[in-house]
Amino acid sequence: MKLERLSLYHVVSTAVLLLVVVVTLYPFLHMLAVSLSGDAYVMRNEVTILPKGLNFNMYEIVLGDPKMWNAIKNTVVYTAVGTTIALIVTSMGAYSLSRTNMAFRKGLMMMIVFTMFFGGGMIPTFLVVRSLGFVDTLWGMVIPGAVSTWNLILMRTFFSGIPKELEESGRMDGLNDLGIFLRIIVPLSKASFATIALFYAVGLWNNFIYPLLYLRTPDLFPLQVLLRNLVLAGSVSSGDVTRIGGDNQIVEESLKYATIMVSTLPILIVYPFIQKYFVKGAMIGAVKG
Amino acid sequence: MAHTSVTSGMEEALVLNRRRPGKLRRLWRNNKYLWLMFLPCLIYYLVFRYAPMFGLVITFKNYNLFRGVWASDWVGFKYYRMFLENPDFLLLMKNTFLLGIMNLALGFPAPIILALLLNEVRKAAFKRFVQTVSYLPHFISNVIVASMVIMFLSPTGGLINELITALGFEPINFMNEPGMFRWIYVLSEIWQHIGWETIIYLAALTAVDPQLYEAASIDGASRMRKLWHVTLPGISFAIVITLILNIGSVLEIGFEKVFLLQNPAIYETADIISTYVYRIGMEQGNFSYGAAIDLFMGIISLIFIYTANFVSRRVSETSLW
Repeated sequence: MKLERLSLYHVVSTAVLLLVVVVTLYPFLHMLAVSLSGDAYVMRNEVTILPKGLNFNMYEIVLGDPKMWNAIKNTVVYTAVGTTIALIVTSMGAYSLSRTNMAFRKGLMMMIVFTMFFGGGMIPTFLVVRSLGFVDTLWGMVIPGAVSTWNLILMRTFFSGIPKELEESGRMDGLNDLGIFLRIIVPLSKASFATIALFYAVGLWNNFIYPLLYLRTPDLFPLQVLLRNLVLAGSVSSGDVTRIGGDNQIVEESLKYATIMVSTLPILIVYPFIQKYFVKGAMIGAVKG
Repeated sequence: MAHTSVTSGMEEALVLNRRRPGKLRRLWRNNKYLWLMFLPCLIYYLVFRYAPMFGLVITFKNYNLFRGVWASDWVGFKYYRMFLENPDFLLLMKNTFLLGIMNLALGFPAPIILALLLNEVRKAAFKRFVQTVSYLPHFISNVIVASMVIMFLSPTGGLINELITALGFEPINFMNEPGMFRWIYVLSEIWQHIGWETIIYLAALTAVDPQLYEAASIDGASRMRKLWHVTLPGISFAIVITLILNIGSVLEIGFEKVFLLQNPAIYETADIISTYVYRIGMEQGNFSYGAAIDLFMGIISLIFIYTANFVSRRVSETSLW
C-alpha cells in the first residue's frame, strides 16, 4: 500500500517536471525549426520541432540587413563598456562597504538600501540624464545603470567572506587599502567578478527601457529596440518579403522567428557553460537575504 | 566674571581646535583609500538615485523644459488633484493592483511547489537537467518574451490558435481580448521566472537537517506530514522574506513587459500606472503630471512594503529590518 502511493507520487512528480521542461524548451525548438524550414511546410503547419525542407534563406535575409549588424554592434559596445564600468564602480564600492573599519559605513549602507524602496521615478531620472547631456549618447546607455544595488550587496557579501588574515598580511607588506584590493582581493575573487560581470552583461544585453527613454537616433538603437520594431511593430520591410515570394503572412512569421533566434542564440549557446556562475550568485544572495 | 568665562571659552575652543584636526586627520588617514574607492559609487547614488528624488519638486511646478526646474512656476498640488479627479484614476489603480495581486497569488507559490518537487527527485542528473532548463527563460529579454507571446497567440498562424482550430474551435484574438491580458501577463511571468526563483528555496532546503526526516520516518510520518512538519518550517524563513519582498513590490510591476504586451485595444485592463506615466510624461511631454503620478504611487508602494514588514515582524519575527 505504502509502496504504491510512493510510486504514484513519483509518476505525478516526474510528469510535472517533464512538463516544465517541455513548456520551456518547445517554443525555442519550434521557432528554430520554423525559421529553418521551407515555406511550403510552414504554410501547411507541418513543422513542429524539427525543420522540414532545411534552408537558411531567412537567416540570409536577417543577416544581410545592415541595420541588423549595426544593432548588434551597438549592443556589443553597450554591453562591453557598460559591464566594465559597472564592474569597476561596483567592486570598489562593495569592497569599501565590506570593510567593517570604514568610517560612516552604516550610514552609507543605509543610504544605499533606502533606494531599493523609494526612488524618483522615470521622469525625474530622465531629466537628470538629460541635464547631463547623456541623451542620445553611449553614456546614457551605460552610466544610469552603473550600479545595481542588488549586485553591490551581493559583491559586498562575497568580499566579507574573505579571511581577514590575508588582508593583514598585505598590510604587513606596506600595502594601503587600494593596494590590498588590487593585489590581494581582486586576484582571489575571479569567480565573484565573473558572476557579477555576467549579471550586468545580461542586463545590458537585454535592456530595453534605457534605449526607449534615452535614445532618439535610430543609428544608436541596440538589438532589443530593432527587434521590437521588427517583430512587434511589424515593420518588416515589404521589399524583403516579396523578394522571397510565397504567402506573405507565413514568410513573415519565419522571418520574425529567424530574427528572434539571431538575437537569442548568443545567450542560448553560452548559457549552459556560464549557468553555474549565475546560480552561485543567486545562492549567495539567497543565503544572506 | 565675564572675562574669565570668555577666556575659558577661548581656551576650550583652542583645546578643541588642537584636538579636532588631529582626530579629523586620523579619520582621513585611516579611511582615505576606502573613501576614495567608494567615491564613484557615492557619486552614482547621489546623481542617479537621490537627485531624481529632489527632482520631484517639479510635481509642484508647471515644469517647462526650456525654463528649467527653478524658473518654472509653482502650482501647488494641481497635478495631484488632476490625477485624483482624472476619470481614468480608478481604472489605473484597479489595473495596477489587480495585476500585481494576481501576479503575487499565482507567481509566488509556483516556484515553491517546483522547488519541493525538485527536492524529492532522487536522480541527481535528472534534477540538474530540469533545473538548468527551467532557469533559462530568466535570461531571455522581455522584448523576446513579449514577441514570442504575441506571435504564438496570433489569430493568424500562431501556435496556440493553430491548436485551437485543429480541435475545431474558432481562433481567439488573445491580444485584443481585455479579459485575457492579466492571464497572459501572469502566466508569461511564471514561465520566465519560476525556475530561477526556485534557487532561493532549494538553497534553504539543503539546510534542513536530514536527521529530522529520519526521526519523522521513525515516528511513522507520511510524505505529506513530513512536508508539513519538517520541510515547510525549515524553509519558512525564505518563504516569509520572499513574500514580504513580493508584497512590497506588488505595485512595482515591471514596466517593460506590460508596455511591450499592451495595445490601445486592451487599455481597459492592460494600462497600469507606469505605462500611463510613460505616455503622459515621455510621449506627451507633460513631465510634471507624469512625475506626480509616479510619486503618488511610489509613496503607496513604500507604505505597502513598510506594512508588510511590520506585520511580518509581529507575526513571525522575521523582517527585512
